[in-house]
Amino acid sequence: MAESIRVEHATKNFTLRYHRTFKQMTVAMLKGQDVSDRFTAVDDVSFSVEQGESIGLMGLNGSGKSTLLKMINGVMRPDSGRVLTRGRIAGLIATGAGFHPQLTGRENIYLNAAVMGLSQRETEKIFDDVVEFADIGRFLDAPVNTYSSGMGSRLGFSVAVHIDSDIFLADEVLAVGDKPFKRKCLERMEEIRKSGRTIFYVSHAAASVKRMCDRVLVLEKGKLAFDGDVDAGIKFLKYGPDDDEDEPDELDMDDSELGADI
Amino acid sequence: MTDLAAERADRMVRVVDAPLAPPSDNLGLLSVFRRRYLLRLLVRREIQGRYANSLMGLFWSYINPMSQFFIYWFVMGHIMGAHRGIENYPVHVFSGLIVVHFFTETFGSGTRSLVGNKSLVNRLALPREMFPVAAMLVSLYHVLPASFILVIACLATGWTPDLGTLFGILLALGIIMFLGTALALIFSVANVFFRDFGSAVGIIGNFVRFGVPMIYSFGQIHDRFGSFAHYYLANPIANAVLLFERAFWVGSTHDPAETIRTGMPVHLWRDGLIALGCCFVLLVICQMIFSKIENRIPERL
Repeated sequence: MAESIRVEHATKNFTLRYHRTFKQMTVAMLKGQDVSDRFTAVDDVSFSVEQGESIGLMGLNGSGKSTLLKMINGVMRPDSGRVLTRGRIAGLIATGAGFHPQLTGRENIYLNAAVMGLSQRETEKIFDDVVEFADIGRFLDAPVNTYSSGMGSRLGFSVAVHIDSDIFLADEVLAVGDKPFKRKCLERMEEIRKSGRTIFYVSHAAASVKRMCDRVLVLEKGKLAFDGDVDAGIKFLKYGPDDDEDEPDELDMDDSELGADI
Repeated sequence: MTDLAAERADRMVRVVDAPLAPPSDNLGLLSVFRRRYLLRLLVRREIQGRYANSLMGLFWSYINPMSQFFIYWFVMGHIMGAHRGIENYPVHVFSGLIVVHFFTETFGSGTRSLVGNKSLVNRLALPREMFPVAAMLVSLYHVLPASFILVIACLATGWTPDLGTLFGILLALGIIMFLGTALALIFSVANVFFRDFGSAVGIIGNFVRFGVPMIYSFGQIHDRFGSFAHYYLANPIANAVLLFERAFWVGSTHDPAETIRTGMPVHLWRDGLIALGCCFVLLVICQMIFSKIENRIPERL
């Protein structure tokens, strides 16, 4: 099998700026305070993914999951190291798709598809399926900023799954949306997995990762802390032993399976 | 575990016929023109978006230049008496105004383009040069209705177009396209880091309006400053304005040959070509700077 994603020593720093104006900055400098600070969101991460693998990316909030996903998606470039991918990438980052708030849902579908490399004809071909799956009814021709948050992410997810991509990225996709829709999403992702597309799935819900993924990566403060088997990965991530009773895990399989991730 | 193994075997093997490559386009303006369909969508979106929820819609793009035109025509022409000094003054002002408006629009909307499209810039992997370029093309689109009005005004005052009309239009628009895109690239990214740049743009626009031979004529500059007119012509926008006036205004005057002799620089075409070349070089430089710092855009927006 061919390599689908290769990440080599990828590092991404962010600059935190404390003061915005000249006056504030001068005062801070005179007082000997830091004017800016560096924050390493992803720290020397390396791994490789084969085509058709489905990866669960886990970690606490702020551990660098979304940043890593953005680098794989191409929105960000690593400061050092490399990120290489093969083929077309589709997916969602941080629940919302890249929608323009003033455009209608219809226009946004075309725009989104075009960004992912579809031509007008290819978009027309999937258009009806996208609309049907998203189930937003009359709102299709209303500007996206009138959508509820659930509708927005439904539409974004629908575009992403209908594009014939080689790599599918899903960041907290199931955090919004109601139960029937979550179920529909999981079924759809199952299909994507069966079709041999590479899946990169970010989630906090152990059960849905267990169901969807063959391999788990865990990020801890930007570093790759675990790479391997799903069960071991989830165990690794137990978020400390005293959290056990909060884990819905096997007890409430239905809910957690559907991804009670926030 | 056997379940998983069986399920894995069950899965289709997908062969991807593509090389392992960085996921982001990295050719700058070249990748913008490689993805023309996307560019077209963005331009159309920008045109529609600018007049969304407005009753008069695209009509606003006529009102803005027209209102400026009437101010200059009345204040400068009638009150200050420019009508007497410059033949067919309204056409003179209006042909300059189209170029100036094209530039200030490109510059202004280009500068705001990245911040204004935050939701797309932060989420989608597309060449970020797309947005300033789209802003320029939208402004170019708005040149059309204004030029249409200008042609009518020219015809009404007895216009004889010549070959210089064609070259003048092409050269003038080319200069502004390169210059506007170059500045839009730099200022759009600068505006992401410090919003001060967005405010500075308006001030520069004011200078542009009075730094070109629009409300006054090049002949007057020549009379007052003599050989210093050379330095005046170092401004590529002034060159573009002159070229546009060569295209429209000259042909509408009483004696075009005489107007060219007294009202146009001696080396109009040579200066225009040099300006075009310089603006192109500037564009290349700005693209290089843009590529250097665009990495930091997502974290700053």
